[in-house]
Amino acid sequence: MSVSIDAVYRAESRRVLATLIRLLGDFDRAEEALHDAFAAAVEQWPRDGVPANPRAWLVSAGRFKAIDNLRRRARFDASLALLADQLDAGDEAEVWDGEAVEDDRLRLIFTCCHPALPADAQVPLTLREVCDLKTEEIAHAFLATPSTIAQRIVRAKAKIRDARIPYQVPALNELPERLDSVLRVIYLVFNEGYSASSGETLTRTDLSREAIRLGRLLLELLPEPEVMGLLALMLLHESRRAARASADGELVLLEDQDRSRWDRELIAEGSALVERALTSRRFGPYTLQAAIVAVHAEAEDAAATDWVQIVGLYDVLARVTPSPVVELNRAVAVAMRDGPEAGLALVERLFARGELLDYHLAHAARADFCRRLGCNAEARESYRRALALARQEPERRFLERRLQQLGE
Amino acid sequence: MKYLCLIYVEERLLDTVPAAELTAIEGVWLDYHASLRQSGRMLAGEALQPAESATTLRLRNGKLSLADGPSVDTREQLAGFYLIDAGDLDDAIRLAARIPQGRVGSIEVRPVRPLGLA
Repeated sequence: MSVSIDAVYRAESRRVLATLIRLLGDFDRAEEALHDAFAAAVEQWPRDGVPANPRAWLVSAGRFKAIDNLRRRARFDASLALLADQLDAGDEAEVWDGEAVEDDRLRLIFTCCHPALPADAQVPLTLREVCDLKTEEIAHAFLATPSTIAQRIVRAKAKIRDARIPYQVPALNELPERLDSVLRVIYLVFNEGYSASSGETLTRTDLSREAIRLGRLLLELLPEPEVMGLLALMLLHESRRAARASADGELVLLEDQDRSRWDRELIAEGSALVERALTSRRFGPYTLQAAIVAVHAEAEDAAATDWVQIVGLYDVLARVTPSPVVELNRAVAVAMRDGPEAGLALVERLFARGELLDYHLAHAARADFCRRLGCNAEARESYRRALALARQEPERRFLERRLQQLGE
Repeated sequence: MKYLCLIYVEERLLDTVPAAELTAIEGVWLDYHASLRQSGRMLAGEALQPAESATTLRLRNGKLSLADGPSVDTREQLAGFYLIDAGDLDDAIRLAARIPQGRVGSIEVRPVRPLGLA
């Protein structure tokens, strides 16, 4: 019996919470109600059997417990009595409006990622409320203290309550902007788990998995092209995980990766999603980035990469979201298509405009172009600059190895 | 629910904005003001004299002291405000986003704390 309550908790707790937040109008009240509802289930289900519709049972139980609690506290705070009456008056039809219930999880996601919340609270709040990660787990994954994370979550919830951030799926005309914010949060979670791959703890891999799970959920609830694009991008990156680091935890460049270790299933799923998103003609930057990774994934080996297509995709990406980093990536692709001097010219132009001077990968790219052109002194100079700016240990060791190879 | 929309503009910068643009913004603003008032959502709204006209007072141990200028020196200065009636923050943002001063300055949207005062 306790096993089945656990299973119900895992399957239903976020849906029940999402609906309780709508019904009770407050995150903390809904969490307390969720807790009370499961406590009641532990007591009653072994005796009376698991109800036919556990989710409905839990929502009703949580709602009644919350109203009870308010009535009890109303003896000390009269305003709570009014609130309890209002909640009690909400009729069952409203509670069980099928469409509203279906949208509750989407409401929860959009509210946790509301742009009026600080960026550093959106991620932990989403992981806490939507994914049910514990504060300690979030803190561990983001190398922060649990109290810092807890404080951000508490403040965000206070702002949702005090500024009355609505519990709503945004209207169609506001959707693109609001969806951007949600996609950014999911991609941040993914990258946190992905960029620190080698030799790191398992928890960080879990973050990528959590982001992919979130992406799948969002796609199920809101089948927008850019949602497909982001999920595809994450799946395609994830497909390379096993090949990205050597056995001793060193960084392996894309061109040197053992492609037989790429996960073909993830690639197939990601590529199919990219195609679906592209045919919609309403795609954006995530789909384009995913398309680029998909082109890499199609190549049997690095030499067989279709660089013409990749440069073409970067051209479109640079038009949709112009940024120096996109230009840098395009320069690397151009260098593969036309030779290192073409790439070098593009990076020099970026530097001349004062762009990316603090970005270690820009200096690493320049160093690589110089190395391939045989200008070893210039290459060393740029590797040194990249090394001075790089923060991640595997990246630093990679740059040091390059410097050694150049005979320093 | 009530929200106070505080309009901040860098006064120094206003001198560099071409006169035609200022006139244009003012025209849009008068239209906005009229439509907001007509919608019944505007509870109050005023433009303020420049920050240098402000006087800041403090009461310490029953003693009043006065100082010339605004309470805090900020890059942008408080130039005006609207007190609006909105359903939630998104609704308030929708109304505040049309305040034309947002194009040159910034609009701070603050929920009013309900105290249950008459």
